[in-house]
Amino acid sequence: MSKVKEMFATDLWNEQVNVRNFVQKNITPFEGDSSFLCGPTERTKKLWSICREAIKEEMDNNGVRSIDTEIVSTIASFEAGYIQKDLELIVGLQTDELLKRAMKPYGGIAVVEKACSEQGLEVSDRVKDIFRNYAKTHNDGVFDVYTDEIRKYRSLGFLTGLPDNYARGRIIGDYRRLALYGIDALIEAKKTDLAGLVGPMNDEKIRLREEVAEQIKALGQIKELGNTYGLDLSRPAESAQEAVQWVYMAYLAAVKEQDGAAMSLGNVSSFLDIYIQYDLENGTITEELAQEFIDQFVMKLRVVRHLRMNAYNEIFAGDPTWVTEAIGGKLMDGRHKITKTSFRFLQTLYNLGASPEPNMTVLWSQSLPENFKKFCSQVSIDTSSIQYENDDLMQDTRQSDDYGIACCVSFQEIGKQIQFFGARTNLAKTLLLAVNGGRCEMSGKTIVEGIPELSSDELNFDEVMANYKIAMKDVARVYNESMNIIHYMHDKYYYEKAQMALVDTNPAINLAYGIAGLSIVADSLSAIKHAKVKVVRNEQGLSTDFKIEGEFPCYGNDDDRVDNLAVQISSDFNQLLKELGTYKNAEPTMSILTITSNVVYGLKTGATPDGRAQGVAFAPGANPMHGRDKNGAIASLNSVAKLDYKNALDGISNTFSIIPKSLGADEDVRRENLVTMMDAYFSKEAHHLNVNVLNRELLEDAMENPGEYPQLTIRVSGYAVNFVRLTREQQMEVISRSFHSNM
Amino acid sequence: MIRVHSFESLGTYDGPGIRLVAFLQGCNFKCLYCANPDTIELKGGKETSIEEIVNMAKNQKPFFGKKGGITFSGGEPLVQAKELIPVVKALKEEGFHVCIDTNGSILNDYVKELMQYVDIVLMDVKHMNNEKHNKLVGKSNDRTLAFAQYLNEINKPVWLRYVLVPGYSDDQDDLHTLGKHFSTQNNIEKLEIQPYHHLGSHKYEHMGWKYELEGVPSNTQEQLNTAFNILKPYFKEIIIN
Ligand code: SF4
Repeated sequence: MSKVKEMFATDLWNEQVNVRNFVQKNITPFEGDSSFLCGPTERTKKLWSICREAIKEEMDNNGVRSIDTEIVSTIASFEAGYIQKDLELIVGLQTDELLKRAMKPYGGIAVVEKACSEQGLEVSDRVKDIFRNYAKTHNDGVFDVYTDEIRKYRSLGFLTGLPDNYARGRIIGDYRRLALYGIDALIEAKKTDLAGLVGPMNDEKIRLREEVAEQIKALGQIKELGNTYGLDLSRPAESAQEAVQWVYMAYLAAVKEQDGAAMSLGNVSSFLDIYIQYDLENGTITEELAQEFIDQFVMKLRVVRHLRMNAYNEIFAGDPTWVTEAIGGKLMDGRHKITKTSFRFLQTLYNLGASPEPNMTVLWSQSLPENFKKFCSQVSIDTSSIQYENDDLMQDTRQSDDYGIACCVSFQEIGKQIQFFGARTNLAKTLLLAVNGGRCEMSGKTIVEGIPELSSDELNFDEVMANYKIAMKDVARVYNESMNIIHYMHDKYYYEKAQMALVDTNPAINLAYGIAGLSIVADSLSAIKHAKVKVVRNEQGLSTDFKIEGEFPCYGNDDDRVDNLAVQISSDFNQLLKELGTYKNAEPTMSILTITSNVVYGLKTGATPDGRAQGVAFAPGANPMHGRDKNGAIASLNSVAKLDYKNALDGISNTFSIIPKSLGADEDVRRENLVTMMDAYFSKEAHHLNVNVLNRELLEDAMENPGEYPQLTIRVSGYAVNFVRLTREQQMEVISRSFHSNM
Repeated sequence: MIRVHSFESLGTYDGPGIRLVAFLQGCNFKCLYCANPDTIELKGGKETSIEEIVNMAKNQKPFFGKKGGITFSGGEPLVQAKELIPVVKALKEEGFHVCIDTNGSILNDYVKELMQYVDIVLMDVKHMNNEKHNKLVGKSNDRTLAFAQYLNEINKPVWLRYVLVPGYSDDQDDLHTLGKHFSTQNNIEKLEIQPYHHLGSHKYEHMGWKYELEGVPSNTQEQLNTAFNILKPYFKEIIIN
């Protein structure tokens, strides 16, 4: 610790594990513009071209370059791996070879076997033997106790994407801790925590003691991982290069042990800036080298891979890893957190080209420096690779200035709080229960008891609403039961010991529920209320179509008559979830987010009263349905902005696509207008915005000539994907979305 | 009540900043290249109250930033000049920046009153040569030129707009005439050259009208540059939209 003490202003962080305090005491907020930035070095270019080559091979080989079918991935498994050793300033790969994927069977052995067999490979007999006959997995645990009801909800598409056969992810370790303290100090701190966990040995205490013991073992393994690469992680980092390297090693440990859907990085850029600033001031590095550290770090984050089976692609398209890095925001004391390294991170999108990963997330505050806002706007226009989240809103509501974004849109205080990922439930399909006496509209199976048949096929708003409330209540109940089971089992069989070792002992927990289909529900209820809607039924009496007479306002046009319905439903359902008890007393939160599951939800949902035909994709996240936002982009943004963050604390995703010309006639105007729009949208307490600035024709061309667009990136719902990695169906869905055009 | 054809909440081409654009129903011209032929019919449109429009503007206010506001376009908004007066007055009372996008062919007492409240007039001049104007629009250009003169007298800021149709309105002499004519008017803040496009042509088909400019190509970059260079010396500011 001694050297570090001399380097930086000391305070509370020297007495306790407290990275936030370190950042506050030592950060250098930056007001300037982007002119200081450097391009890629020759080394960076060479390394990235090797990666690009490998990525191309991966694409050509059914999306997977290779798989290790012998070694079970753990923190310290695998020999050291390099892209090209002599060029690398920041080292470390998940396996011993670039883009080689590893097995993590603790989530479920069947999934690993399937993922391998889909690539024509077989899991080694030894591993199969262990996981089939001796070790129990998360997946085994969950399915041992799932009720028939949950199974039904799951298979019919009321609950989708539940993390019951893969890792739940979403937990963010405070990867900065490794750099600031080193392993030895972190082990000491955890040992002290463990020693303090005494008293009556109830379930809770015993469980926690075991968890902390696991964490201490994990820290030991992270040290071993460092040794593999010749790094002494036992001590704190003492230079910018080491700080970047140490943070990456901590993150690497996490993605070696776990294959969660989303494995966010946190908010490391303002932290790393402190070391870079120190080295720059002392003349030990140049700006070019500083950028190179970040470029190489980001390159490593871009080649993180998990072993997935093909079906996974339906809900999370494009092989995402959600290495979400939250950049910017402000401090509680009123200063902002924009540093030169905030710029350097975004600069990687130029130095290495556009990319979906890491998932660059700018925490937008009205008070961020204009220069930074302009730079973001320019990068968005050039690369469509940034998402924005409302820092003013999150800081006010959650009372923290040291948070990251888990997955797409979810607030998570770093090192103090974790969350349990809850996938999502289909509220549009739930609405159909209300018109079908509680039966699933596609299978005819009874899902919810006690919903009366409607008095007439001409829908009456009050009657449908009354039924919908009954349906929502039951869906919430079953959803909650499944969550409690899943997280109980995940803790038991696939505990995130590496990440949790970098989080306070016994942190606060959010249980992150989610909903899909909100815009369809709002429009359907609006149609029933403002127009005449008649149900068409089949012989079984199930709804197959809806005949609408007359006009009705649609969500997305800044019309309170329908927007308020969306607000109300999200509030009602959130309230229902809040009333239910949770595993580990997690605090329930809810997101309005679909990832790319809006396509698959559409397939699993019959015709809806808004006139949407069976099978048609939902709008993503909280977006209005495609083509129904008739008054242009701002009216559409205004509608979404009405959704109340307090009712959806896990986040409200809005994906916005606009053709470049519609932002204005020339570059300066476009940049300025986008900044104005973002300031305005977030001043209305909106939560999140994905920004795509591109032409539909470009995407159409990319569909036909994928080879020419290897890095074309597009924001979908809370994350970004390589457009060419989407299935044709998903590509068509993206193209069919509203591209705001005022031409 | 004014009759509105449609709204564009993200207007970035009709006046400064980001604007709410209200396209009003009805036009007294029938330009061959009109991109919104469905706004020409004088009847129809959705009756919209002052309150509705003021509310929309209020909801959008943060998006207007320092420069933006509301633009009334069309169709020809001045067809409804009388009805527009209270609307624009109410908007001005709320502090909004207001533009009118007009073909400049209507100048009556209502229009004169309305002009007192408007911040900038976006004025389309279709052609300087009266004969060619007639061919393109079906009417003479003398009223538009008189309107421009009036705006100069009352010193109302004007952004001039000129659609460059290949073979119809890009004759170099005509462009010089345009420049010379307006270079004497001090209220002209800028000229916007609007490239010709046939994006509206499918609407003609839909409406059962003949699209007379069938086969006329979009401007080449060279044509745009030539026009730009000819017109540049005459105006304080000039842009290609
Ligand atoms: S004046 Fe404008 S709206 Fe009227 S016909 Fe001509 S182009 Fe169309």
